[in-house]
Order: sequence, then C-alpha cells, then structure tokens
Amino acid sequence: MERHILVVLPHPDDESFGISGTLAKHIQSGTPVTYACLTLGQMGRNMGNPIFANRETLPYIRKRELEESCRIIGIQDLRLMGLHDKTIEFEDKDKMTKLIGDLITELNPSLIITFYPGYSVHPDHDATGAAVIRTVQKLPKDKRPTVHCIAFSQGCEQEIGAPDVFNDVREFVDKKMGSIQAHRSQWQLKTILGGKSPQSKEVQERFGKERFWTYRFD
Amino acid sequence: MELIKPEVVQRVLDLMKEQDLYIHLEMTNGAYAAHLDKSKIAAATFIRNGVIRYSHGSIAGKGPYRVGLKLEHGWVYSEGLTHYDETETERLILAGHDNDGKLLVSLQLSREPF
Repeated sequence: MERHILVVLPHPDDESFGISGTLAKHIQSGTPVTYACLTLGQMGRNMGNPIFANRETLPYIRKRELEESCRIIGIQDLRLMGLHDKTIEFEDKDKMTKLIGDLITELNPSLIITFYPGYSVHPDHDATGAAVIRTVQKLPKDKRPTVHCIAFSQGCEQEIGAPDVFNDVREFVDKKMGSIQAHRSQWQLKTILGGKSPQSKEVQERFGKERFWTYRFD
Repeated sequence: MELIKPEVVQRVLDLMKEQDLYIHLEMTNGAYAAHLDKSKIAAATFIRNGVIRYSHGSIAGKGPYRVGLKLEHGWVYSEGLTHYDETETERLILAGHDNDGKLLVSLQLSREPF
C-alpha cells in the first residue's frame, strides 16, 4: 500500500481517462491522494456541445467540473496551483521546481503520478512531467518517491518501451465514467461510448485497464 | 453564447472606439491537431490583455462574420466569428465555433483587464 500519492497534472480532466480508476482503487484501500492541478484549462477550445461556456466563463466552469470529478473519484485533497493554461513550458524553471519540491516536502508521497516528458502530446503535459522529473532527480536517491508516468504519443513505445505497470480497474469504471461526465464542458459521454452501455463488455474492457511507465532515474 | 446579431455587435464597437481597451485575440486548431492527423500542424496563438485603441471598428459578412479595427498604426482583423455573449454589458465577447462547438477563434474587448 502506498503511503501517500501525489498527482501532478496540468488540466482539469487530465485525471479522468488515464488514471481515475487507479486513484479510486488506491483511495478505496485507504491511501490518501493529493491532486495538484496546475491550471484551470482556461484555454480549452471545447465550450460544451451545445455551447454553454466562453473564454471568460470557462475557468470557473472547469473548476467546478474538476471539484465534481474529484468528489466522484474520492480525492480528498485538490490543490489548484494557479498557473495559466498553455504556459507551463514558459514558466521559470526554478519556480516550477520549487512549486513541486514544496509539495513533496509537505506530503512526503511514496508515489507521484504525472505525464512522461516528451511522450505526452500536449506541451503542458510534457512540461509538467519534466518539472516533476527534474525535481525528483534532485532528491537523494534513497529519498525519491516512485514516479509513474502516463504516455500516449504516437509510437512512444518504440522509444521508451512498453509500460511496466498495469492496473485492473474494472471495478471502478463507473467512477471513471462519472469523472468523465463531470467534465461536461469538455466531453460528451454518449459520444465517447458510441451508444454502448457503460456496463457493456467493450466499455469495461476499454476503460478497465490503466497503464503506466515507472520513470527510470539515472 | 448566441449567434451573432451584427447590429448589436456594431453598436458595441461604436461605443468602444477612441479609448484604451484590453484585447484578447486568439486562434487555434487544437493542441491535438497533429496527434490526430499527422498531415496537420497544431497551430494556436493568443494575446491576452494587450492594449489597443481603434478609431473605427466594424463587423462585416453574412455569418460567419469578420471584424476589423483600425488602429493608429495598423489593424486588428478576425474572421470566422459566429457567436457573441449576449449577457455582457461592459465587454465584447466574440467567438467562432465549428459544428461540434469547438472554439476556432475569439476576439474580446474590455475596458478592464480580462
């Protein structure tokens, strides 16, 4: 069992598809989870369908959606870190290292979950992962928490190999569906399921597995 | 957001001319454009809270609409605008959305920073 899990991701809804089942599973077994969400996804281009948000209302709406998603997953400690969407890679590197270093010092996590730098498609994802790796790398080897990374760029397995952590989260697919549905400005669950029931075998198979790469430090 | 009523937008543009304004201007095809289709490039640009002043501004087209603002030394131009926020009283919030509701372009003006 993990002592404490720290999740560091840049956008509300980054927690939904890839890791909500894993988090719900850990939470059920009693592990405390802190989710540091770096931005409010205020530059997202999905505004609901039909449209119910605009550039100025979006951050407020996405904050509420994120809170609902966390409630459904069971995350007790959500931290909104106040950065601006699309700008993580341009933030001062020392500031980012301090921001993440302070969280590690405070929470003493045994596991951090973030994006795999360079293999996570969105520049904010890559920059978030890079900041976490940079920060953990600076810790003495015996003080480093394990880091599990999410990667999904095309052909990433050819470069970083296959994932080494597979979590069976079929029991928690309903929570994952709830988390996705909470982000209603960004996703329409009906479209994602393509008319299939959340209880159907296909949906259980597709959403019931989560995979991670354990980051190998030098 | 509602479909643009050009006469309403024109009235606001007239009210906002000849004063310092904060502008939010952006265009994007989505951060995942290249991930989803290798032949594409993810392209996006935004400027937030730049300060401009225009001597005259107008909306043109039959929908989607275009807006041009004439500055002392240049122009602000935006094409593909479809929606406006009808609830705003002090600011102009314009956006262009595709058929799935995704934002393609936005042009916003305000006397206070966004």
